[in-house]
Amino acid sequence: MDLHFTTAEATAEERAAVDACLATVSLNGSRRQFLLPVLHAIQDRVGWISEGALNHACQQLHVAPAEAYGVADFYALFATRPRPKTVVHICDDIACQVRGAETLCRQMEKEFGPAGSSKDGSATWHRSPCLGVCERAPAALAITAGEKTSEHVIAPATAPDVRSALRGATIKQPALAISVPQAGQSGLRLLKRIGTVDPTSLDAYRASGGFLALRRALEMGALEVIREVTESKLVGRGGAAFPTGMKWSGVRSAPLPRYLICNADESEPGTFKDRVIMEGDPYALVESMIICAYATECSHGYLYIRGEYPLATSRLEHVLQQCRNRGFLGKNILGSGFDFDIELRRGAGAYICGEETALMNSIEGHRGEPRNKPPFPTQVGLFGKPTVINNVETLVNLPQILIEGGKAFATIGTEKSTGPKLFCVSGHVNTPGVYEAPFGITLRQLLDLAGGIGGTGKAQAILLGGAAGAFVGPKDMDVPLTFEGLRAIGATLGSAVIMPFDDSVDLKQILRRIAGFFRDESCGQCVPCRVGTVRQEELLARMASGKTIGGMKQELVLLKEVGQVMRDASICGLGQTASSAIESALAKFPIFEEKR
Amino acid sequence: MIVLWGSNARAAHPIFFHHVLKGIRNGAKLYVVDPRRTESAQWGEKWLGLHVGTDIALSHAIAREIIANGLENRSFIENATSGFEEYQAYVEPFTLEYAEKECGVARELVRELAHAYARADRAQICWTLGITEHHNGVDNVLSLINLGLLTGHVGRYGSGLNPLRGQNNVQGGGDMGAIPDRLTGFQHVENDELRAKFEKAYGVKIPAQRGWHLSGMFDAMEHGELTALYVIGENPANSESDQHRCMKLLKGLECLVVQDMLLTQTAELATVVFPAAAGWVESEGTVTNSERRVQRVRRAKNPPEGVRDDMTILCDLADRLGHSLGHPSAEELWNELRTLSPMHAGMSYERLEKSGGLQWPCYDETHPGEQYLHARLWERPIIGPLAPFSPVQHDPPVDLLDKDFPIRLTTGRRLDSYNTGVQTMHYASPLRWGETLDLSPEDLQRMGLNEGDMVRIVSRRGAVEAPVRVDPGLKPGLAFMTLHFPDQVATNELTIDAIDPKSGVSEFKATAIRVEKVSMKKKQEAEAAVSN
Amino acid sequence: MSTPPKAPDMKIPIPRGPLPIFPPERPKRLVEITIDGKPASVPEGSTLLEAARTVGIETPTLCYLENLTPVNVCRICVVELENSRTLVPACSRKVEPGMKVQTDSERVRTSRKLVLELLASSVDVSTAPQFKEYMQRYDAAPERFGPTGSPAKAGERDQIQPGHHHAADGVHAETVAQPVKVDNDLYVRDYGKCILCYKCVEACGVDAQNTFAIAVAGRGFNARISTEFNVTLPDSACVYCGNCIGVCPTGALMFKSEHDMRQAGTWDEKKQSQTDTICPYCGVGCQLTVHVQEQQIVKITSPLDHSVTNGHLCIKGRFGYEWVNLKK
Repeated sequence: MDLHFTTAEATAEERAAVDACLATVSLNGSRRQFLLPVLHAIQDRVGWISEGALNHACQQLHVAPAEAYGVADFYALFATRPRPKTVVHICDDIACQVRGAETLCRQMEKEFGPAGSSKDGSATWHRSPCLGVCERAPAALAITAGEKTSEHVIAPATAPDVRSALRGATIKQPALAISVPQAGQSGLRLLKRIGTVDPTSLDAYRASGGFLALRRALEMGALEVIREVTESKLVGRGGAAFPTGMKWSGVRSAPLPRYLICNADESEPGTFKDRVIMEGDPYALVESMIICAYATECSHGYLYIRGEYPLATSRLEHVLQQCRNRGFLGKNILGSGFDFDIELRRGAGAYICGEETALMNSIEGHRGEPRNKPPFPTQVGLFGKPTVINNVETLVNLPQILIEGGKAFATIGTEKSTGPKLFCVSGHVNTPGVYEAPFGITLRQLLDLAGGIGGTGKAQAILLGGAAGAFVGPKDMDVPLTFEGLRAIGATLGSAVIMPFDDSVDLKQILRRIAGFFRDESCGQCVPCRVGTVRQEELLARMASGKTIGGMKQELVLLKEVGQVMRDASICGLGQTASSAIESALAKFPIFEEKR
Repeated sequence: MIVLWGSNARAAHPIFFHHVLKGIRNGAKLYVVDPRRTESAQWGEKWLGLHVGTDIALSHAIAREIIANGLENRSFIENATSGFEEYQAYVEPFTLEYAEKECGVARELVRELAHAYARADRAQICWTLGITEHHNGVDNVLSLINLGLLTGHVGRYGSGLNPLRGQNNVQGGGDMGAIPDRLTGFQHVENDELRAKFEKAYGVKIPAQRGWHLSGMFDAMEHGELTALYVIGENPANSESDQHRCMKLLKGLECLVVQDMLLTQTAELATVVFPAAAGWVESEGTVTNSERRVQRVRRAKNPPEGVRDDMTILCDLADRLGHSLGHPSAEELWNELRTLSPMHAGMSYERLEKSGGLQWPCYDETHPGEQYLHARLWERPIIGPLAPFSPVQHDPPVDLLDKDFPIRLTTGRRLDSYNTGVQTMHYASPLRWGETLDLSPEDLQRMGLNEGDMVRIVSRRGAVEAPVRVDPGLKPGLAFMTLHFPDQVATNELTIDAIDPKSGVSEFKATAIRVEKVSMKKKQEAEAAVSN
Repeated sequence: MSTPPKAPDMKIPIPRGPLPIFPPERPKRLVEITIDGKPASVPEGSTLLEAARTVGIETPTLCYLENLTPVNVCRICVVELENSRTLVPACSRKVEPGMKVQTDSERVRTSRKLVLELLASSVDVSTAPQFKEYMQRYDAAPERFGPTGSPAKAGERDQIQPGHHHAADGVHAETVAQPVKVDNDLYVRDYGKCILCYKCVEACGVDAQNTFAIAVAGRGFNARISTEFNVTLPDSACVYCGNCIGVCPTGALMFKSEHDMRQAGTWDEKKQSQTDTICPYCGVGCQLTVHVQEQQIVKITSPLDHSVTNGHLCIKGRFGYEWVNLKK
C-alpha cells in the first residue's frame, strides 16, 4: 500500500511501547489485527495516543492512519488528546446510581472539577457506564499509565478511596467470596471452586477435578462431544439463547480453517457473572475453550475480554501461560495430536463489542461495528472464516456436561431451559452477588436467596436482563426464571441481570440513564440506532421536564415509533433492544401520566 | 498475475490502477519492476528495483531462468513462434548471478518473478515510458514480448502484453496513420495495393516511402532538408530532450505553423498560430484509449470567439489553398475512414454510442470488437505469420556515469500534473509542490543537504536549478525529476537526445548528472524569483 | 551466432484471427420469490433490491450505489420478510427460494418514514434532491422531534470523546450542524450535511481509490467522517480524486466551484447542460460528464455504468479542466 503519513513523529517512549508489543507477536499474517493491542500498549504506557505514536504504529502495521484513528477514536478507554496518566473511571450506571454513585460523582466535581478536568495534569476522573462490579456498587476503575501500568477496580468506592487513587495509590479490595454469597456451599456446579480453590494454581485446579472433562472429551472424539452437548440442550448464556450444539454442528460443516472465540466482553449493565468466573475459576474457562475447539476443530482461539476487567485479565494471562507450559495448550495437547492455542484480546471500553460480529471486527483491528447478518459467523466469521463464538458462562457448562453426560445435564432446570444458571443480583437487595440456581427458580425465591429487597424493603420495579432487558413489577415475583417463563410475561432473561429498585427510586432517572447508556454506546453505524437513541433520550428529557411538544400522549406515541424503528430496522441487537426496557417500564408503570 | 514494468500507473494511469487494485483484491499478484519504489511498487507483492537501463538484461535473465527450469510453454512456442533456439542460446549467459550484478536485483527476486510468471494461470506485462523512453526502447519492448511468447501469456483472456498509453488519443493517432510508415488502420504505406486503395478514395497520389519520425524531422532540420513545419497539438519546445538543440532548430525554420489549444512555448516561436478548440470538450469525434477502445468525444461547450476545432481548421486551410476538402461532419469523416480501414469498419457512431466504445479490430457491424489481440497464435495451425523471438542486445544507457556525473537522473510524471503542464498548471492542485530534484535519503545526507535546499543539477548538456526533496523510494545514486514545470525548471535542458533509431524516441529516462550546492545568496535569489 | 530469425513482413497485413474466447460464466439458477404478492424469478445471488426492480418496484436508497459494496447502514431500503423478526435491508439481502417480501407494508412505511425524520431532523438535507421526493412519499415530518439548537463551533464535534455523555437539554433536537470545512481549492466538506452513509469512505478505500484518507471516527451520534486527528486535507493522504464527491448523496462533499457559486447565488442547474466525453489526459480513456453553465465548465462527474471508470476519476480528470475556462 502507498500510505501517507503526517510529519508527526513518535517519542522514544511511544516507539518503545509499540515495538515491545509487536516483539511478542508474529507479523506474518494480517498485521492489522494487532492494532487494538498496539493502541492499548500506547495508551497504557503514555496515557493517550498521539499523532506521532499512531503514525509509528501504522507504519509497523501497514494500516492507513485515518483508519487507525477511526479505530482509536471508537473506544472510550483510549484518548486521542492528551490525558493525565492517572484516570479514575467512576461508574454512574443504574446499579451504582442506587448505591450512591451520583453523590460520589458530585463530590468529585466539587473537589477536582468537572469530569475530564485536571488541576495539575497528573490525574483526572471520568464518568463510566457499568463497570461490571455491581455487587459491590458503587464501583470505580483506576488506571495509571506508565512503564508498568497499574489498573485496579475500587468497589465499593468511597470519596477517600477515589482521592487516594487519583494520587496513584492502590486501594485494597475484598476477596472474591464476597461476590459469591453461596461460596463453599455444596451442590454448586458452576461456582463450586470459587472461594475454595486457588484460582491461580493449575495443580489446585487439577486436584479439584480440573481437566478431567478435557481428557474425557479427547477419549470420546469430537463428534461424540458435540452429540453430548446437543443432548444437554445447552443454549447460549450471552442473551440470545441459541442452542450450542446446533451452533457447533453448523461450524463443523463449514470448511477449515475455523476460529473459536470466547466472548468475555461482558458489558450489559448489571452483569458480572463472567467476571466472577474468570477471576475465580479461570482454568475452567480455558479447559472449556479447549474442549470446544477440539469439538469444532479450531486450531486458534481468541478470548476477548472487556477492558475494564484488569484482575480477570491478569489471571487469564497467567493461566494461559501455565497451560502452555504444562501442555494443555499448544501443539499436541495431552498427546492427542490436537493443536490449539488461545490469544487474549482486551476490549477498550465499548459495549457494542459484546455483539459477536462487532467483536470480530474489533479483533481484526477495525471499528467495532456489527456486520449485517446473514452470513452468520458459523459460515463467515473472524477473518472471513467459519467461527464458533460462545459466551464465558456457556462454555463453563461444558465440563459438567461431559462428566455427568448430556442427558443428566438436561434434567437440571426445566424442559426448555436446561442446566444450572448464574444470576447477577444487584441494586436494592440485601446480599447482592452472583447466585447459582437451576433454571426455573422463581424471581421471589432468588431474591429471598439474596436476602430480600433492600433499601426501603419495598420493591417498585425489577429490571431483568439488563439495559437491553425489561422491567417487571412486584406482582410478577412468582415468574419462573426460564427463557420460556419470562417470554410469557413479555420479559427476557438476557444476561440474567436481576436488579430490583425500591419505591424511593425515581424511575424517570433510571430510564434516562438507560437511554443515555444506549446513546453513548451506539456504534453510530445505522441511522435508526445512531439518531434513534438520541431522540429517545431527548424525548424522555422533554417528558421529564414537562416541556412536551403536543402533549404527553403525542410524545409517548412518538417514543413508541422511535422504539419501533430501532427494533425493526437497526442492524444489530443493540439498536433492536435499545427501547425495550424503557418501553416495558412505560407500559407497566405510570411514569409519565399526563397531569390533569 | 500482473507485472508492471517501467510503469508508475498509480500516478500516471490512476483509473487503470483501480482495475489492478481490484485484481489484487481478487487474489492477483502484482510484481513491479522499476528503479524507483514508486506508489505502484508499494502495492506489489514484490518490487524489483533494477538499475536504470538494464531492462533487457533482467528480461533475458528471467527468460533463462524459465528455460533452465523447463517452465517455457513448449507447445505454444512450437506452434506460434520462430527463432526460439537462437533466443535460448542468446539468453544462456544471462544467469541470475549476472542479473544480480548487472541489474542490481537480488537473484532470489529474479527467480521468484520468473517462476511466478511462468507458472501463472494468466499473466500480463504492462509497461509505459520506463521501457520506451530509452535509446533502445524498441528493443526493451521486444525483450518483454519474448517473455510473453516464451510462456504463452499472450493472445488469451487475462494474459497479454500491454503498453499503457500516456495520452488520451496516442493510440488513436497511430491508428489514424500519424506514424511515418503507416496509413490509417496500420496499413503499410509501402504496400502498393493498400496505397492504391487510399489513392483511389482520396483522389490524390500518396508518396510511396515512409516519412520521418519526430527525431528524424529534427535531424532533417539540422541538415536543411526540412524547412517548414506544421505542428498540431504538440509542444516540442518543452517536451523534446536536449532543448538547446531543439530550440535552435525550431527557430531556424523558414515557416513554423502551430495549431494548439494554448499558446505553448512552441507556439510562441511560430510564424502562424491557429488557435484550436479543446478537442475533448469543444469538438466532436472519437479518441482511442490504451485498450484500443474507440470512444466518442463530444462538444460540451463552444470554443471561445475566433477558435475553431482542428477539423474545421484543416478544411478551411484546404479551401484557402485551393484544394477544398468540403466540410464534412465528424461522423461523415469517420464513415469514410470505415470504408478504408478494415479494423474500424464495424464501428458506426450508433454502435459506439450504444456500447460505450468498441475495441478494434471490429470488422463489420456484427463484430463485437476484440478485448484482446493475437488469439490467432493459439490456432492450430497458426493463422498468419509466426511470432518471432528477438534476441535483442543489452545496451546500457548512452549517458555514462563517471566521477564527474555520478548520479543517474530519471524522469517521470506525478499524479496531478501532465506532461509539460500546459493544461494542468491552471488548476489549483493541493498536491503540487513545483519541480524538485528528488534524491534518496542517503544521498541527501551524504551531500549534506536538507530538504528544500536549492541545488544546481548539471548534465553533460546543460544545468538547471531546483530545490531538493527526499524520496525514500529512491536508491542511493538515483535521482528523479518531472517535465511538468518547464517555466520553473527546464528539466529537458539536462536530458540526452540519444535517439532510438527504431522509434525516434529519446532517452529521457537515463541522464548522468551531478548535484552542486547553490550558495545561500543564489538560493535567496531563486526564492525571490519563485515568489515573484 | 546464427543470423537472427527473419521478422514477418510488416507490409503485409496480419490476417483476421478468431474471436477472443472468454471463460464461461457459471450458469445462474433462478430463484422464485414473492414480492408484494407478485411472483418474481431472479438469478441466485441477486439482492431483494434487484428482485423488486424486476417487478417494477423502486426501493428508496441513500447509502446504496451500484459501484460500491452495500453497507446497509441508512436502513431506508428495509423490507418486511416473512418469518424474520426484524425488517431486512433490500440493498444487501440476497434472495432465497420461497422468500415472501412486503415492500410497502405499514411496518416498512413506518421505518422508512422514521429513518427520513431522524435524518432530516439532525442533518441539513437541503442539497440532497432525493430527500425531498422521499419525504413526500413517506409523509415525513422531522419537526416532530422539536426545534434544533445552535450549530456546533468549528472543530467542536471533532473533539468529542467516545462514550462521553452529552445530556439532552429537554428542549432541542441535537443536530450535526457545523461550519463548512474549506481547506483547499478543489472541494469542500460540509459535514452539517453528512448522513454518514459511508460511501465516501468506501470510494476513498477498497471500493475504488484505495487511498484511505478518510474513515469514520468517533462513535454513536458523534460518529463522523474524519482524517487522522482531523488534519486538513492537504496534510492528509487525500489525492483529490474527488470520487468521494461523486458518490455523496447529500452535497456534503462538493466541488469548491459549485460551493462558491451556490454561496454567490449563481448556481443554476436549469441553465446547465451535461455532456459525456473522454478525459483529455492519459490513455485510459475515462468517460467524463461535463457540466457546463453559460459556456463555463462548472464541474465534472463520471457515469457509474461505464466499464472503464465505474464512475471514478483521478484529480486531473475531475479537476484539471480549469484551462478550458481560462482559454481566450
